[in-house]
Order: sequence, then structure tokens, then C-alpha cells
Amino acid sequence: MPKDHGIGASSKRREDVRFLTGTGNYTDDINARGQAYVHFLRSDVAHGRITNIDTTAASEMPGVVRIFTGADFEGIGSIPCGWQVTDRFGEVMHEPPHPVLAQGKVRHVGDPIAAIVADTLAEARDAAEAIELDIEELPAVVNMKDALKDDAPKVHDDLPGNLCYDWGFVEENREAVDKAIKEAAHVTTLELVNNRLIANPMEPRVALGEYNRANDESTLYTTSQNPHVIRLLMGAFVLGIPEHKLRVVAPDVGGGFGTKIFHYAEEAFCTFAARQLARPVKWTSTRSEAFMSDAHGRDHVTKIELALDKDNNFVALRTDTLANMGAYLSTFAPSVPTWLHGTLMAGNYKTPLIYVNVKAVFTNTVPVDAYRGAGRPEATYQLERVVDKAARELGVDPIALRRQNFITEFPYQTPVAVEYDTGDYPATMDKLEEIADIAGFAARRKESEAKGRLRGLGVNCYIEACGIAPSNLVGQLGARAGLYESATVRVNATGSISVMTGSHSHGQGHETAFPQVVAEMLGIPEDQIDIVHGDTARVPMGMGTYGSRSLAVGGSAMVRATEKIINKAKKIASHLMEASEADIELKDGQFTVAGTDKSVAWGDVTLAAYVPHNYPLEDIEPGLEETAFYDPSNFTYPSGAYACEVELDPETGRVTIERFSAADDFGNIINPMIVSGQVHGGIAQGVGQALMEGCVYDENGQLLSASYMDYAMPRADDVPFYSVDHSCVTPCTHNPLGVKGCGEAGAIGSPPAVINAVVDAMQSGGHDVTHIDMPASPSRVWAAMNG
Amino acid sequence: MYNFDVVTPKTVADAVAALGEEDAQALGGGQTLIPTLKQRLASPSKLVSLTGIDEIKGIRTDESGTLCIGGGTTHGTIAGEGSAYPALAALAGNIGDPAVRNRGTIGGSLANNDPSACYPAAVLASGATIVTNTREIAADDYFQGMFTTALEEAEIITEVRFPVPEKAYYQKFEQPASRFSLVGVFVAKYADGVRVAVTGASNDGVFRWTEAETALSSNFSADALDGLAASADDMIADMHGSAAYRAHLIGVLTKRAVAAAG
Ligand SMILES: Cc1cc2nc3c(=O)[nH]c(=O)nc-3n(C[C@H](O)[C@H](O)[C@H](O)COP(=O)(O)OP(=O)(O)OC[C@H]3O[C@@H](n4cnc5c(N)ncnc54)[C@H](O)[C@@H]3O)c2cc1C
Repeated sequence: MPKDHGIGASSKRREDVRFLTGTGNYTDDINARGQAYVHFLRSDVAHGRITNIDTTAASEMPGVVRIFTGADFEGIGSIPCGWQVTDRFGEVMHEPPHPVLAQGKVRHVGDPIAAIVADTLAEARDAAEAIELDIEELPAVVNMKDALKDDAPKVHDDLPGNLCYDWGFVEENREAVDKAIKEAAHVTTLELVNNRLIANPMEPRVALGEYNRANDESTLYTTSQNPHVIRLLMGAFVLGIPEHKLRVVAPDVGGGFGTKIFHYAEEAFCTFAARQLARPVKWTSTRSEAFMSDAHGRDHVTKIELALDKDNNFVALRTDTLANMGAYLSTFAPSVPTWLHGTLMAGNYKTPLIYVNVKAVFTNTVPVDAYRGAGRPEATYQLERVVDKAARELGVDPIALRRQNFITEFPYQTPVAVEYDTGDYPATMDKLEEIADIAGFAARRKESEAKGRLRGLGVNCYIEACGIAPSNLVGQLGARAGLYESATVRVNATGSISVMTGSHSHGQGHETAFPQVVAEMLGIPEDQIDIVHGDTARVPMGMGTYGSRSLAVGGSAMVRATEKIINKAKKIASHLMEASEADIELKDGQFTVAGTDKSVAWGDVTLAAYVPHNYPLEDIEPGLEETAFYDPSNFTYPSGAYACEVELDPETGRVTIERFSAADDFGNIINPMIVSGQVHGGIAQGVGQALMEGCVYDENGQLLSASYMDYAMPRADDVPFYSVDHSCVTPCTHNPLGVKGCGEAGAIGSPPAVINAVVDAMQSGGHDVTHIDMPASPSRVWAAMNG
Repeated sequence: MYNFDVVTPKTVADAVAALGEEDAQALGGGQTLIPTLKQRLASPSKLVSLTGIDEIKGIRTDESGTLCIGGGTTHGTIAGEGSAYPALAALAGNIGDPAVRNRGTIGGSLANNDPSACYPAAVLASGATIVTNTREIAADDYFQGMFTTALEEAEIITEVRFPVPEKAYYQKFEQPASRFSLVGVFVAKYADGVRVAVTGASNDGVFRWTEAETALSSNFSADALDGLAASADDMIADMHGSAAYRAHLIGVLTKRAVAAAG
């Protein structure tokens, strides 16, 4: 019998009731009395010098409250970057300023130039058209290789060029890797592009700034995955508002996928302007603005070489990557192609020598930062593609080649700094072969061929580093913040509980899964427990939700705080039952004394804590509320094996996904249904990346894929019914729940499976195609087969 | 959007009068025009909504068997009630999503003449007649290139008359993002010959593939198209497909349309 409550139960997502009945409370649902609206005048050229900006006439337009330009932000801080990468030569990266509103130059289409605050949005837009603006257009750099040429136009005039950093990892391995590759029996080389994506959460970004003159407090309501981080970045670095005078609220958030981690200029603007004007200021992004102002994802160009010995053992791996930063450094941008990517290059394999080189490049495009998986999909994609290509070159079975090179002993120290605590890669591969019915593929291929279709099978593995992250380690790697998490468990007098967690929930289902853990620990019903998140005034501290860290880090903090609660509650119970504390047991919401029939209910203990008439006041304080901060000692390492089967219409190049199977090891599972849902969504995004999504700029830096007319998002009928399994469990060894994280796996594991399948299908049709770049759109597939 | 006035006349005559004003514009289902207004790409002073004019809505078959569809008829109605011309009903039923189909109209689509729109292929392949408040225009004269038609200022499409073919099929290959046609081919077989119209592919908008028409008129089978290839000259090339790809798709889709038409 599956459990019906607590850890392991598929409890229904309680938050869905409000989401599905239109009673969610999103930032745009919040309106402050007397609020004004801001419209941003954005650059329509990719690169240019602002030679004249005159707002005089526009300021006289009806309803205009005030028009701000870059000049109003002189002396105000720059939008900060949260991570400093040190390059191969020991130098720190180039870190150009990122003004709230453009100062002197515009550097990408969408760069905000002026902010028009007016009584209504229509009036703000009208006034924007009356601003006199002259921009001297400069040549733009869009392509990363061009950007690194000596004579390339510079995105930032004060930097030596467009190179942000040249990172080598592990630099000491460089020569040994070169040598091993030179001497290897076989080297497989692959050049590929990890396509640039636009996250497109269903809810566009919104910011509402408020200022209370009476107590000098600012409040920002914003669509963020991590309100405390925004408070820190914006308060300390941009506007100089101390924490106790700044509240940041991220209410219901309609999807983030990474792009709502970062601190954005619009947030700082609304907070700043509300103070200046002593009036609430609201901005709601249009979908068109989202395309050109939300941080984009991926955008790597990579050459990867895998060296094998004569027995097909992997002996060395070398990668060269150009990573697009866009025009400015977004909050975590520098960490994505480095520490979230280089450290994963071992994958599931015991390759002894690895060297990763990454050159981060400024271009006249929207900033690029973390997007579901962040660095790990880029690592997985290139590795699993090159392994597949090697298998084809060597004429061996791709699954067998993988199995042969699997890491099988744990803990395993990779040559790229991280130590995997647990895993069982053969087990997930066995499970995959079963659920994907790999054995039945040949018959299914025949059926497809009978219909005039090609059929391809793609298999791959993945490993990711989640549960981000040990603070002391990331500090050494350049993070400018700690990456612990906090939780406060507040037990109320009647026994109900509010858990204040720093882990924001914007689709992940924390409001359901977190109570399951506490309910299990205390033996009380889940509905007695509520989760409070997303408000710096209610939650002590939080580093937010990304990197599949919520349960592993935030959940662990909650476990620690709940343990403190149990300890204290046992003290109270021992007093009430006049027994020794050591003999007190807690089960099913009852405290009992071992070996006796004495018992006292959870609610009686909590009541005693708040009505301490009969209470050990000399030993313990009244009340029952505990806080814990949890800093993980290692990353967690979810892993798995994925299989995709495609059908390809050779006449049109159209690829359809017929089957998709995922066997994941996420460690212990709190709510299997939610985990499956996370995997489903991740696969949809991975399939989107592999077959459909592509952010396209022209050579002048104009965004061509600027709306859903040209940017193809996956729809329900683009994906099949998935077969997902997470019964292979090797619990994480270093967090109290033994959990690893599941939020990004689907998006990490699926693109190589799809592309491996597409290549397999093409080859089965006799086409000598060894690689196709994503998205494998019909026209690209057709061109590849007919090229 | 910029500010504008809206009127909802009840008759074509009143609508035409209202459209006589400077910068007035007809509003059909608004599925193209409203997004344009939201983006501030158009600034009509007055929108003359055609949604209240009953005389341009609905579907009837006249005494000669011609299917006559009011210019204000929605895609949804055509999909649901156009069974006299199954290929046309199927085309309408595959436009956009239910919200689009319940608002968007055939008249609006034809007036707009988007190079990737579906109806133009049906109208041209059927040799349909576009009826306006002032005249009747043959399909061959009506389409004059991307977003360009024979319509004059303030001219309203009141009806579209489709001779119903013996066999027909619309084969649409969707552009992955918009799901408009990347290329769409409408094949219609009449007693006096076959017409083939192609949308989505050409820089000149919808056009007739006459070589295919000749081949199919003598032998209405996919094999009749063997060896025929549409020219890639003047085909649209964009991020969704090269000119050569589009030209190639025309051949593939035409064969499939013929096969499906039976
Ligand atoms: C999400 C989405 C998907 C779509 N997918 C497709 C698709 O796959 N295939 C396809 O073909 N189309 C597609 N469309 C377009 C859709 O068919 C529109 O409804 C159509 O193009 C315009 O019709 P309308 O009645 O909405 O016209 P409106 O938007 O109201 O008007 C369009 C233009 O026509 C003029 N006009 C309107 N009615 C008349 C009339 N009776 N006489 C003269 N002029 C008139 C207006 O003045 C305006 O210039 C899609 C639209 C959307 C929003």
C-alpha cells in the first residue's frame, strides 16, 4: 500500500486549488493605493551612443509624474554581479558597470534608456513617444567568435576587449590532457552549439515599489525566486537601503526557470522611484519586453574531444567553450559556464584526465544567465553527444560503451574537483532499458519504416550537482554570498504549525511537500502545517530556489528546526508526565513514556508551551518556535539514464517524439507525484530546446525571435506521454533527508537523448550525418539530410 | 493602443458610411488587428466593428450549388457548418486555437492576406469569388502580393462564393512557432480541371502552381507530379526554412494533398 500521508505519499498539491481557481495572488494582482505606472523606453538598436535625450516636452504631457534617465542614476550603484570568476592566469574577470538606466551607451536591443512614470500606463507610453532621443548607431557584435577578434567593436569601451574571462579547469591538468589526447588510440571530436533560449515563464516579470515616509521603509513586490537575495543585492549594492528598511515580497510567482533569480534594473527602478516620488510605482512587463529584457539561457559554442584507449576506455576529455554573457553580467552569469559546467564534465564516467576551457564573451545581446539546469545541461549535452558519436565511430553499442566506463565506486573523486557521494549508474541504466523497452525498438523501427518514416533511438546518462551549495566552497570559487538556507518552525498554541522557509515556491509544490516532512517527523496531519515563504518580513533569511536546492538545503534546515522543536516538546512532555526526558517517545502525535501507558497529546504539549501554568519555567522558556540554518557539506548528485525514440518524416524533416523514458535516482522521495511532475516539465523544456526553441539575432543584433510568432515553445501535443521512474534510490549521504533534488534533471537529461535519437534516425535512413545542432527543426533536419 | 472610437453598425450600408471617415478602419474578429493596435503599430481614429451586421454572417448554398459564406463568418462557424465543402471546413478548424476561431473571420483573413494565412489558398484553388459592398472580384484578380489585395479603401468583404469541387484537400505544414502555414497547399479538382494554390511559400503571397495543375488535370494522382519541382526563386527564406526547403515542401505537400483528396 502506498502511503497516504507523510514522506513518500503522493499528497495532492494543495497550492493548485488557488492556482487552478484563479485565486492566486501574483505580483500583478497587487495594487497599491495611488500607484503610478512606469513604462520603459528601450533601445531599438543593439549598440549605440546616446547623443541627445530631451524629455522636456514629454514631461509636459498629460498624466506624467516624472521621467527618469540615466542621469538620475549617477551616484547610484550598478546592478551587481554575484559571482567573480578568476581566470587561468589568476586575474579576476572583467566586470563592467550595469546602470539601471543606460548611461551614454545602449548595449542591446531592449536596454532601458528612460523610465516614464505617469498616472496611467497609456499616458506613460504616450509620453515615451514624445521623448526626443538621438542614438548614433555603432556596429554591433553578436557572434562570439567575431567579438573576440582584435578589431571587433567593443561592447564596453573601458575594457580591453569583449573577453570577460578565459577560464581553465583544472589548469594543472592542461598539459597531461593534451598529451593523453595526442597519444590516444582513438579521439572523437565534436563541435556543437548549445542554443540560446528564452525562458518564457507563463507570468512575465512585475515590480511594484512602495515607500512609507512615516517610517522610511521601502517595500518591493516582485516576481522573484529569492526575495532575500534581491533585498541583499538591491539594498546593499544599488540603492543603499539597509535590510531593516527594505522589505521584498515575492508572492505567487508563475514560473521562474532561473530567469527570476536575478536582480533586474526594473526592480531597482521601481523601489528607487517610489522613494523619490513618495508614491507607489508599478511595472508589468509585456511579453514583448520579456523577450528582450529577461535574462536568456545557454548560448555556448563548444568543441569537445574524447580520447579512448584501444579497449574503448575513456582516457581524457578536453573541451573548449565560448560562453555568451550578453551585454552585461547578470547576477550569476559568470558561474554558469564555469563552476556549474566544468565541474560536471566527468559525467557518469571515470575519465581520469579532464581539461575544460571557457572563454566568456560580451556581445550586444540580452544578458545570459542560469536557465533550468544552468551549466549542467551544457555539460551533459556535449559529453553525451560525444560519447554517442564515439560509439558510432567505433561501431560499438552506445549503451555498452557507457556501461563500460561508468563510475562504480563511491565516494568518487572526479578530476574536476567534485566528489560524488553516491550513485548506481548501472541500476538506472537497467531500469531504463526495462521501462523504455529498448529490446523492442527494432520491431518498432520496422513499423515506422513501413509507414515511410525513419525511427531513431537515443540514450544518454546525466549527472548533476544540486543542493547548491557548501558556502565555504563556493566562497573560494568566487560566490559573493553564502548558499545555506534557513527555516523557522513556529508551533502555535493549538498545535498547528507555520514553517517559514527561505525556499521560495513557484511551481515546485513546496507548500505540499514540505509539510509532508514535518508531518512525518511529528506524526500529525499535514493539513496542520502551512508553509510561509516569499517575504523578507516573515521569513528570517533565505537564499532562494534554484539549482534543485529547496528540499536538499531548505528542507534540511526545516528538519533541523523540527528536531529542535521535538527536543523541546519532549522536555515539556516529560514535565507533564513526570517522567525522565530520555524515556519520552513521540509517535503519531502522541508523547508516551517508554514502558508505561502514560501519554500526552501533541496539542496538550503545545498548549502548555503557550499557557505555561504547569511548565518547567526554571529550565526552559515558554513558547515553541525554533530556527535553524543549514549549510550543506557537499553538493548532491542526482543521476539517471534517459531514452528518446523519434520518428522522422524524411520528406519534410519533421521529427516527432514517440516515446520518452526517464530513470532517475533522486535519492529519497518525499512526494512521488510531484517528482514525476518536475521530471515531466523538465523533459518538456528539454524537448523544447532540442527540437523547437531558438533565440535568433540577426547580424545587427536585432532579435528576430521576438515573439511567439517566431520563438517556438513546446505545446502539449509536441510531447508524448512519458514513462518516468524514480525507484532507483541511493540516498544522499550528507543531508538528513537523504534527498538529492529533481527540479532540473528533466531539462538536463533530455536534450542529448533527443538529438542522439535524431542522428540515429537519420543514419538509419542512410544519411551520413554525425551531428545536428539544436533546435532540430524540420528545415534543419531536412537540410542536414540533403546537404 | 492609442485611443479610438468604436461603432457597431447593424448594416453594411451604415458600416460603409462609417468607414468613409478619415482613418476609420473595419474590425472583424480582431485577431490580427487588435494585436497590431496593442503594439501601437496602427492608429485608426475609429474602428467600425462588423460583428453586429447579421447580413454578412452565415453559410448558405445557392441554387447552383455554390457555397456562399458571409464575410463576417467566423472560422469556428465554417469549421462546424461548412460540411458542404469538407476541405474548407477542415482548413478553418485548424486555424489557431478555439479563441481565435471563435472570433476570427474569413473576411478579415482575406482582407489581411497574410502570406502564411490558410484561406487564401482555399479561395484561389477554388476559383472563388469575393463579393464586396460594391462588386464581385475573381480570386485570380484579388490577391496581389503579401498583405496586398484588390480591395479599395472602405470596401467590405460581404461574402465569399466557393464553387464546391469534386475532390479537394488542404495540406498544411505548420511553422513550428506560430503554427500558421510554413507552406500550405490546397488542391481542388473540378469537372473542368484541377487548381493548386500555395500559401506560406512565396514572397508574392499565395499563388497557383500551374505546372502541377496541368499535370493533375490530365491525371489526378500523386504520381502525376513525379519529376515536377516548384522553383525556389522568390520563395520566402527565414529562420524557419530556406527558399529551397519551401520549394521542396510544395512538391511534397501537393502530392500528399492529392493522395488525401482521394
Ligand atoms: C494565435 C493565432 C493563430 C492564428 N493561426 C492562423 C492560421 O493558422 N492560419 C490562418 O490563416 N490564420 C491564422 N490566424 C489569423 C486569424 O485567422 C485571423 O482571425 C485573421 O487573419 C483575421 O481575421 P479577423 O476577423 O480577426 O480580422 P481583424 O483582425 O479584425 O482584421 C484584419 C484586417 O482585415 C480588415 N477586415 C476585417 N474584416 C473585414 C471585412 N469583412 N472586409 C474588409 N476588411 C476587413 C481589418 O480592417 C484589418 O485590416 C491566427 C491568429 C492568431 C491570433
